[in-house]
Amino acid sequence: MRPISYSRVSDVGTAIGTVAADPTSAFLAGGTNQVDLLRIYVEQPRRLVDINDLPLKQVEELPGGGLRLGGLARMSDVAEHPTVRRRYPMVSESLVLGASPQLRHMASVAGNLMQRTRCTYFRDTEVACNKRSPGTGCSAMEGVNRGHAVLGTSECCIATHPSDLGVALMALDAVVQTESPAGQRSIPIDDFYLLPGKTPEREHPLSHGELVTGIDLPPLPVAAHSRYIKIRDRESYEFALAAVAVAMSVVDGRITEIRLALGGVATKPWRARAAEAALDGAPATTDSFTRAAEAELATAVPHGMNAFKIELAKRTIVRALTEMTQREGSA
Amino acid sequence: MSPAIGATLNRVDGRFKVRGESRYSAEVQVTNLTHAVVVNSKIASGRISAIDTSEAERAAGVLAVLTHRNMGRVATVPRLLPSLAGLAAPGQSFFPMQDESIHYGGQPIAVVVADTIERADHAATLIRVEYETTPATTLLDQDRDRAYVPERIFGGLLPGQNSRGDVAKALAAAEVCVQATYRFAPNHHNPIEPSASTAVWDDVDRLTIYDSTQGPNSVQLTVAELLGLPPISIRVVSHAVGGSFGSKAMVWHHPTLVALAARHVGRPVRLALTREQMFTSCGHREEQEQQITIGAAADGRISALRHHKYSLTSRFDDWAEPSLQSAAVAYTNPNYEGVYHLVRGNTITPTFMRAPGEASGMFALECAMDELAERVGVDPLELRMRNVSDTDPSSGNPWSSSGLRECYQRAAELFGWHDRDPQPRSRREGQWLVGTGMASALYPVTQPVNPQRAKARLYNDGTAVVEAGVSEFGTGVFTAMTQVAADALGLPPERVRFVGGSSDLPNITAAVGSAGTSAVGSAVHVTVCELRDQLIRRAVADDHSPLHGADPARVQVRDGKMVLSDRPDVGETYADLLHRTMTPDVEVLGTWNPPPQDAGYGIHTFGAQMAEVVVDAELGVVRVRRMVGVFAPGRVLNRKLAHSQLMGGMLWGLGQALLEATRMDPRLGRWANSSLADYLVPVNADAPDVVVDTIEQHDDVVNPIGIKGVGEIGVVGAAAAIANAVHHATGRRMYELPITLEKLL
Amino acid sequence: MKSQQAVQTTPTPDSAVVRGPDEVEVRLRVNGENRRMSIEPRVSLLDALRDRLDLHGTKKGCNQGACGACTVWVDRRRVLACLTLAISCENREITTIEGLADGDALHPMQEAFLDLDAFQCGYCTPGQIMSAVALLTEGHAGDDDEIKEWMSGNLCRCAAYPHIRAAIRRVRDEQGGDRAAH
Repeated sequence: MRPISYSRVSDVGTAIGTVAADPTSAFLAGGTNQVDLLRIYVEQPRRLVDINDLPLKQVEELPGGGLRLGGLARMSDVAEHPTVRRRYPMVSESLVLGASPQLRHMASVAGNLMQRTRCTYFRDTEVACNKRSPGTGCSAMEGVNRGHAVLGTSECCIATHPSDLGVALMALDAVVQTESPAGQRSIPIDDFYLLPGKTPEREHPLSHGELVTGIDLPPLPVAAHSRYIKIRDRESYEFALAAVAVAMSVVDGRITEIRLALGGVATKPWRARAAEAALDGAPATTDSFTRAAEAELATAVPHGMNAFKIELAKRTIVRALTEMTQREGSA
Repeated sequence: MSPAIGATLNRVDGRFKVRGESRYSAEVQVTNLTHAVVVNSKIASGRISAIDTSEAERAAGVLAVLTHRNMGRVATVPRLLPSLAGLAAPGQSFFPMQDESIHYGGQPIAVVVADTIERADHAATLIRVEYETTPATTLLDQDRDRAYVPERIFGGLLPGQNSRGDVAKALAAAEVCVQATYRFAPNHHNPIEPSASTAVWDDVDRLTIYDSTQGPNSVQLTVAELLGLPPISIRVVSHAVGGSFGSKAMVWHHPTLVALAARHVGRPVRLALTREQMFTSCGHREEQEQQITIGAAADGRISALRHHKYSLTSRFDDWAEPSLQSAAVAYTNPNYEGVYHLVRGNTITPTFMRAPGEASGMFALECAMDELAERVGVDPLELRMRNVSDTDPSSGNPWSSSGLRECYQRAAELFGWHDRDPQPRSRREGQWLVGTGMASALYPVTQPVNPQRAKARLYNDGTAVVEAGVSEFGTGVFTAMTQVAADALGLPPERVRFVGGSSDLPNITAAVGSAGTSAVGSAVHVTVCELRDQLIRRAVADDHSPLHGADPARVQVRDGKMVLSDRPDVGETYADLLHRTMTPDVEVLGTWNPPPQDAGYGIHTFGAQMAEVVVDAELGVVRVRRMVGVFAPGRVLNRKLAHSQLMGGMLWGLGQALLEATRMDPRLGRWANSSLADYLVPVNADAPDVVVDTIEQHDDVVNPIGIKGVGEIGVVGAAAAIANAVHHATGRRMYELPITLEKLL
Repeated sequence: MKSQQAVQTTPTPDSAVVRGPDEVEVRLRVNGENRRMSIEPRVSLLDALRDRLDLHGTKKGCNQGACGACTVWVDRRRVLACLTLAISCENREITTIEGLADGDALHPMQEAFLDLDAFQCGYCTPGQIMSAVALLTEGHAGDDDEIKEWMSGNLCRCAAYPHIRAAIRRVRDEQGGDRAAH
């Protein structure tokens, strides 16, 4: 790790003022991704501004029935929060299925959303990577890419976004609250994640020094009927090969409301809008589920070792929808 | 007093370990300590054309930057020789940083020494290297047409090919033939403690190295040869070793590099490898392919076996893990041919990895056996029973002991094998297809090739200390040795202390090939028996002893007392004897001379493995629900510890079967997943409950304590049992490890 | 949407003090004792414990958050010392394996690990034990499936996992169930 200096701040104003004023500085929250990336020289700030004392750790009700997760709320606290578990089970599940208990005690939910890809080439400063060193090329395209994305890719980057929480939030149309010296902003989660396109280095629309202060979960009754399933080689403590966040309501055998997002297969947490369109109003049958899965993965692009993810993602969608239907049926 | 052997004594070093008090090699306290960081080659083949260390040298806290230009020269590069031989045991016949040539990715090219680990680590990134790159071979398939059959493999210990009978003829005549090709991903040991060495020069020719190793004596001899110093100049200490699994069996470059660095800076230097460096610094299980053909009669009796292996070795050594060894003798089979084919590549020389050879070779054989069972319509267990060989098929010699049939029977009972419906896809529970499979386990017993020594001293208070140079890397050897010594001396274990982990102690070969406990155990046994006999001889010769004039053969020891066998009320304690004769202690240096490998018996360890898996019918996810392993390792010194080792081995088989693969990027010539987040080993949630049982066999051929070792046999066959269970669940044969879900979609 | 958070916009002058990059004095409270050391801000809690305080019971297995060998408690919660900067732990309560036993008397979890042979080489063991004790406090040791999942952040390459679960069960049952430990 390069030498760094350190400041600890206790209010938001100082935090954003300090970081915004110093282009070589960065926020330090849970540190689980930041310290790791510092140690391998993928991120090289000269100064860390420790924001762990900021009063942004609460989970609180919003007027109108939504819920705000403080940006610095720990993954484990949000996962265990009774309201989150009751009203947004997929959020809780996505958190519990992410990382390990120790990491969940450390990592903030904002940091979880901001975490960088696990692409082996991104993490290796000696090789070409457009995300890390724009313009150098993509080593993953023809490399060891079993874990890489099949959706949302570009000719510049196929790195998978690793967040599980982000997938659940995408399905929920969560809103990211930020604050910078320019003021406060509310950014819909879909806009918070940028596709790689020709600028894979740019993952979020945030300016330097802009802080994620909170994440708003909208009031959404269907979210109480939701779940997150994650498929991986290991039974635990591994990033997803494919994951599905689904909230669904079925009335008289027909799908009346559907929210679906994918993880582990795309360059950003992936809202499955094509599948949703196919499912909306359709009978809750395996046929519908299969058609929806086909529709969503129609644009998927394989790159060698990761080709299986297309079929895996489809089957995982069908699995998630089938399980939701069975659960709804028995409820 | 009940004998200590066989009892479930807790680990004697356990208290220190659960309190975090044991000191592993990177944890020894040394004054004036400095820290070294190794820089590794980013290319796999070529040369360093330029290296600029100026910025690193100027960095804060840096004491030295060593490259091939200023690193000390080694006196010689010893030839690769497995550490079991008891001599210098370098991991490969190459030592880096002697010139600008690069032969494999991750080869050490610089060492930075600084006052703190953070400063050394950062300075290492400031070195600028330019390379001239030449084409590299890092995958078997890249250069398969240049495969050759080596004269010998495994450091010269084994022939490159072997045969008996007439395989071609027997296969042509066979009623049934099963032919299959199996592919194995490379694997890395990944002990949780990365290798570490701390070098302290007390004087210009007196060096102490604290090293994490399976053999302190091997390190001493190897570093001595490399530095051109006599062994008396070097002491190697290994207080506690955080797992090895073969990665610390051979002596790799880091202890010598750190010794050279410490000499250069004139201060003690610590070098702890990073996790990433553990993938390029200590060998690995090589990428390989095995082609197997079994010829059999219609009733499944085997008439011929052809077994060829193709694997990638280094530029320096003809290394192949001996995958054909146990498969060649597993069953009655008069016609056999086994051939190793090697392809030279740009890799560090591969090395032992837990159950080296058998983990892969028996996977191939036992999966093929499962196919044979299906083809001839015989239960897989029955097929094995029909082919059990009561003699070593390679020599016709009897087994020193076997127990294989009993293992099959016991495993079948514990598992409930006999209720099995042989039909694939016959059981389904919701999304899960359920299957069961089995395999045989064999592991050769390898005898040390030179004398094994131990020292024992009994004090006049009736406590004893027993010493030998073996290190404790999780096998429980210190505990087992305490038990062996306690029994022979007739002392309770708490009055015996075993001390190991230093090259100053009597020489013991590196604890490899499951032979660690038998080697040191035999030496300890011989030594403490001699000590006991000396004490008895003193007593019967002493006028004042109640045992005066007794026949030494009629004197027994128990509870710290020497007594007449037929009159236990007559006798005296060791303490009484020694106090009376004003003797502070009695000490014996004992030697066990191992029998030759071929002493007229086949010596192997046997076992049976069974597994139940579930396979997600749509998603291809495989999970192991339960495992049963029954093994016949001769005698069991400590049931608790032995079963732990066997259980760990079986779960290693699970990792091999389902998770473990190091993936090479041939464009870069480097591993693409050298971290514990990307090289997947089983986590707690992957590990089912494991039933382990042992069938004890009396064996006075292998060694005086009758043990065959439990370190590796648990791995053997476990992966095959799982793969066979996957077939039973799904109807699909798995020909490539690991069995990842895309193979079952 | 208006923020619900009361945002202070006036910086507190001394709260943005810049420390480092050279060595600074850092005060930690470890196992109930105040310790001070001169370290650079980049020093991890793990290296501070092991190299500066000789509390080597906390182990370094990967230094990247993938093995759990460095598990310690910060303010009674299990975390990874390798991804924590020591300087960020000022004013927090750090507990390591060395702080678990009561003098010579082992903690019941240490005792259970020893009796049930829940380790072999012992290198991951301090992290496993720190995790296991915390697990009971967290209330996730209800059954074996739960223990498996919630102990999966601690790799054991010797694969003592079934025995680790047995040790946790024993302490859980002795202490009257989940959430009742220490």
